[in-house]
Amino acid sequence: MISIDHVSKTFGSGPSAVRAVDDVSLDVAGGEIFGVVGSSGAGKSTLIRLINLLERPDAGTVTVAGTELTALAPAELRTARHDIGMIFQQFNLLSSRTVRGNVELALEVTGVAARDRSARASEILDLVGLTGKAAAYPAQLSGGQKQRVGIARALAGRPRVLLSDEATSALDPETTSSILELLRSLRDELGLTILLITHEMDVVKRICDSAALMRDGRILEQGSLPALLGTPGSLLARELFPLGALPPERGTTIIEITFSGLSSERPVVAQLARTHGIDVGLLGAAIETIGGVQTGRTRLELPGTEARHAAAIADLRAQGLLVDVVRSAA
Amino acid sequence: MIDPTAPDFWPQLFATLWKATGETLYQVGVTALLTLLLGLAIGTLLVITDRGGILESPFGSLAAGRGINLVLQAVVNLGRSIPFIILMIALIPFTRLILGTAFGVTAAIVPLTVAAVPFFARIVEMSLREVATGLVEAGQSLGASRWQLVSKVIIPEAVPGLLLGFTTTVVSVISYSAIVGVIGGGGLGDVAIRYGHQRYSVIHIVAVIVILVALVAVIQLIGSRLAKRLSHR
Repeated sequence: MISIDHVSKTFGSGPSAVRAVDDVSLDVAGGEIFGVVGSSGAGKSTLIRLINLLERPDAGTVTVAGTELTALAPAELRTARHDIGMIFQQFNLLSSRTVRGNVELALEVTGVAARDRSARASEILDLVGLTGKAAAYPAQLSGGQKQRVGIARALAGRPRVLLSDEATSALDPETTSSILELLRSLRDELGLTILLITHEMDVVKRICDSAALMRDGRILEQGSLPALLGTPGSLLARELFPLGALPPERGTTIIEITFSGLSSERPVVAQLARTHGIDVGLLGAAIETIGGVQTGRTRLELPGTEARHAAAIADLRAQGLLVDVVRSAA
Repeated sequence: MIDPTAPDFWPQLFATLWKATGETLYQVGVTALLTLLLGLAIGTLLVITDRGGILESPFGSLAAGRGINLVLQAVVNLGRSIPFIILMIALIPFTRLILGTAFGVTAAIVPLTVAAVPFFARIVEMSLREVATGLVEAGQSLGASRWQLVSKVIIPEAVPGLLLGFTTTVVSVISYSAIVGVIGGGGLGDVAIRYGHQRYSVIHIVAVIVILVALVAVIQLIGSRLAKRLSHR
């Protein structure tokens, strides 16, 4: 649905130039929720603006719903944008218009007749849970309600793609949850494809099917969450399930086990102790339910060198667990 | 010398003031309307043709955008830096060229408008720059054209500020319109000069001042009230 091919964007020139997006390629399948995560300054905001060409890339192509946007003339691009909704961290609602007026703006722009605009606005406001707020001005709404208006405005013209620029970053945790729930249910109901950028790992864990990790303008990893979690040494898996710093060297071997699905129900620690007679220390664990599946990582400490536990580790791997030996005693 | 004890003094005073107030309102009204249209257009162009503006490169040419912006900046700066009384005299040939006469109530509208437009254009520019870039971005993401961005997003969002700025401009035009009395521009300024200054009638001067103060107070009140009502921030 969204395909970005070798896209780059540099701001400024000469020694002060900043390469915000550096040769990024990305594919988002239809109907999926795809999250791009990274700390601030990683280039996420620029990346999402490259998709609807609010920023024009210096190189590379952007294709959305089969249309290569980077090849379009300005007027054609405006039409293509009707198929791509966007929501923002600061909501970007017009203070001069009511809730209804803000939603209708999207339809005025596409030339929908006044009567149809009104009907569609009511319909979409019901869908986002703002029935009865149509006559209010944005200043009278809470942050969560404002973002609902933003979502209603973005979806009023029935786009197939929704871009979310840190849509929950200005909201409290409870409101964040309700907005994420809304996005997920809208995806299910309308068959939307959602690309979101966020610095909150929690957002990825809660609603994303796939994710990409961005750093210094580059995509370091991307893929479906299960695939990423099943990749040895995945940076994203580590960031999604942080286990903190390693303890000081003390003649032990430290392993990290990543599991998703059924394997979490297996008594790994007990098994190591019983079957292999190892005194296992639990250093950390991060376990959550993602998409109805128990997923997480545990960090275990085993006495002595790695060589002593080769059989045990092989046994765990044979069971389909992802085992990383993080440190081995000399 | 005017004799305030003469039996027809007061009726004449009222007749004079009534006519002069009508002339001032006409001058200020027409000037305000022209200034609103021209100032809004120039101020908007100043913002959107600036670097990073939505009309940064009209017809695909960055140079054209820079050119238009620089010319408008120069015109506005020039207009704002010439004192009104000098501008008024300097414009006499121009006024004669377009209206056939340089003197009279209507002719004075030309220098008034030429003075007020740069003033208001600058205020428009400042007000529009206050509109958050995110709102323009939201409009663009919806597929709005440049005209739609200006007419549906940028200007409506700036209305309260524009209204206050327009009120300030109209108040300035009222004071300028008194100055045009010097070159036979009619209105309340004309009364102040002919009766108050040349014929030493303190009553005329006081009456003119009272009317001007009342006029400014009413306009400021309407402007402020309206701006407050239209602001939904």
